[in-house]
Amino acid sequence: MRREQTVNACLILALLAAPVLAQLAGEPFFITLATRVTILALAATGLNIALGLGGLVSFGHAAFFGIGGYAAGILATHAFNGMPLFLGIPGTNQMPVIWIVAMAAAGLLALPIGVISLRTSGVYFIMITLAFAQMIFYFAISWPAYGGEDGLSIYVRNAFPGINTLKPMPFFLICFSLLAVALLVFSRLRDSRFGAALEAARQNPERLAAVGIAPNRIRLAAFVISAMVTALAGALFSDLNRFVSPSMLSWQMSGELIVLIILGGVGRLAGPLAGATLYVLFEYALGGITEHWQLFLGLILLAVVLFARGGVIGMLAGRAKHG
Amino acid sequence: MAEPVLEIRNLSKSFGALKAAVGVNFDLMPGEIHALIGPNGAGKTTLIHQIAGTLTPDEGEIRFLGKDVRSLSVAERARMGLGRTFQVSSLAQEFSALRNVMLAVQARQGTSFRFFRPVMSDPSLTEPAMAALQRVGLQDRADVPAAELSHGERRRLEIAIALALEARVFLLDEPMAGMGPDGSRELTAFLDELRHQAPILLVEHDMDAVFALADRVSVLVYGRVIASGPAAEIRRHPAVREAYLGEGA
Repeated sequence: MRREQTVNACLILALLAAPVLAQLAGEPFFITLATRVTILALAATGLNIALGLGGLVSFGHAAFFGIGGYAAGILATHAFNGMPLFLGIPGTNQMPVIWIVAMAAAGLLALPIGVISLRTSGVYFIMITLAFAQMIFYFAISWPAYGGEDGLSIYVRNAFPGINTLKPMPFFLICFSLLAVALLVFSRLRDSRFGAALEAARQNPERLAAVGIAPNRIRLAAFVISAMVTALAGALFSDLNRFVSPSMLSWQMSGELIVLIILGGVGRLAGPLAGATLYVLFEYALGGITEHWQLFLGLILLAVVLFARGGVIGMLAGRAKHG
Repeated sequence: MAEPVLEIRNLSKSFGALKAAVGVNFDLMPGEIHALIGPNGAGKTTLIHQIAGTLTPDEGEIRFLGKDVRSLSVAERARMGLGRTFQVSSLAQEFSALRNVMLAVQARQGTSFRFFRPVMSDPSLTEPAMAALQRVGLQDRADVPAAELSHGERRRLEIAIALALEARVFLLDEPMAGMGPDGSRELTAFLDELRHQAPILLVEHDMDAVFALADRVSVLVYGRVIASGPAAEIRRHPAVREAYLGEGA
């Protein structure tokens, strides 16, 4: 087994072990913490498809995270108060349905955003994705139907057939399973023909076009898939907090997702997981001491960018290998 | 007489006051090597760019396999069989030599929207790619990232990629650049073989190679073709000697 696979397996097992130990020790709070790591890792795994594999630095993925969150919140609200959504369609509190709606909504939104944004590259791409996300952010703030600036509460966590989602452990396991599926999808995608074309589009789009593969179609597909995975995480995040607010759509959220990937290792399978683990542990450990804990996070980020380009995974497993 | 594979009629392109092409006519017949020579800045690479589709001509026609390709994108032209190499090697730097060639094989086979099967365990990709590497003598360097290959190896890798594309035409932009005498000799012999597979438009500064290989030579100076004809004729052409080869040549 290659070293990176060992590191990845250790990280995933640690994520699974932490809540089990917390359960045994009677400290359910740590299960919630692990769930938070899992969901952020899932969101960043989505972004990692666009950013890590495709080199598309989207500074607007909070839009998709938030769309997922609002999909869960809005559907749950309608299920709770019995009012139809529109055209007599009822809300729902069933997670699988919510996930599908969240992913579909984000995919449909990512398509036009991608088409327009991919006409640019570099700094302009960063700025235009940010602009789209800000538009959606201000829309959410100014639309009173679903709480506007105050956000939207989910009174009872949404349900999954046969599982009691109200307890922390089963909910964690749902999130963990989805992360595992997403990581599997990421690794298959990366090794596939699509992944080869996507990584080539990042490294040298002229070369890719010269062999007859149009880079932008590949990038657009990656952007849409990426948005859908991040939206799924958004739906889970709402259920974790039982609350959605425009802060999920904010540019700080987009930045946080990028930070997770850079901390963990850009384009690496377990990079987002490593980054999310570090981030949440930091938030927990330093957040108790000072509210300015992000200052220390900033210092670490600076160190990673200057001295350890490959992030945590790069430090533990060495450089990425391409076949 | 056979139909030309590649045909350029009255092509003009200027960048502001700089004229990179003025009414250029050029064609490439099956089985031939047609060399394009000229001093630096004459517009040779610009011409390659217009044929490949990275630049749009202001005027004129580009026909490839009898079809007007001006409205087609770079990728579409490549899929039709335009195989180009770049003046400065252009490769996916992090990918191994093999994976660079596999990309061309994958493009050749059709859609890249396949999401699940790992490419490295797909012999329909690895085998043709390996065969192309073998033809340029890079089989032992297959696993080396393109960034770590030597200059000469990168040039050969570019040709392997064009081979794997099963190109109908090779556009080679200074393949000998920086190769050294041994490398140039080897590559000259290789290109001599390659012409049987598909005709070659060769842009080159190495005159030994040009006159050893080319069936026809066209001379481009300040965007104009000042002479075009069989290699032996061009060698003697007075205007060419003055403009390009130098009086002493």
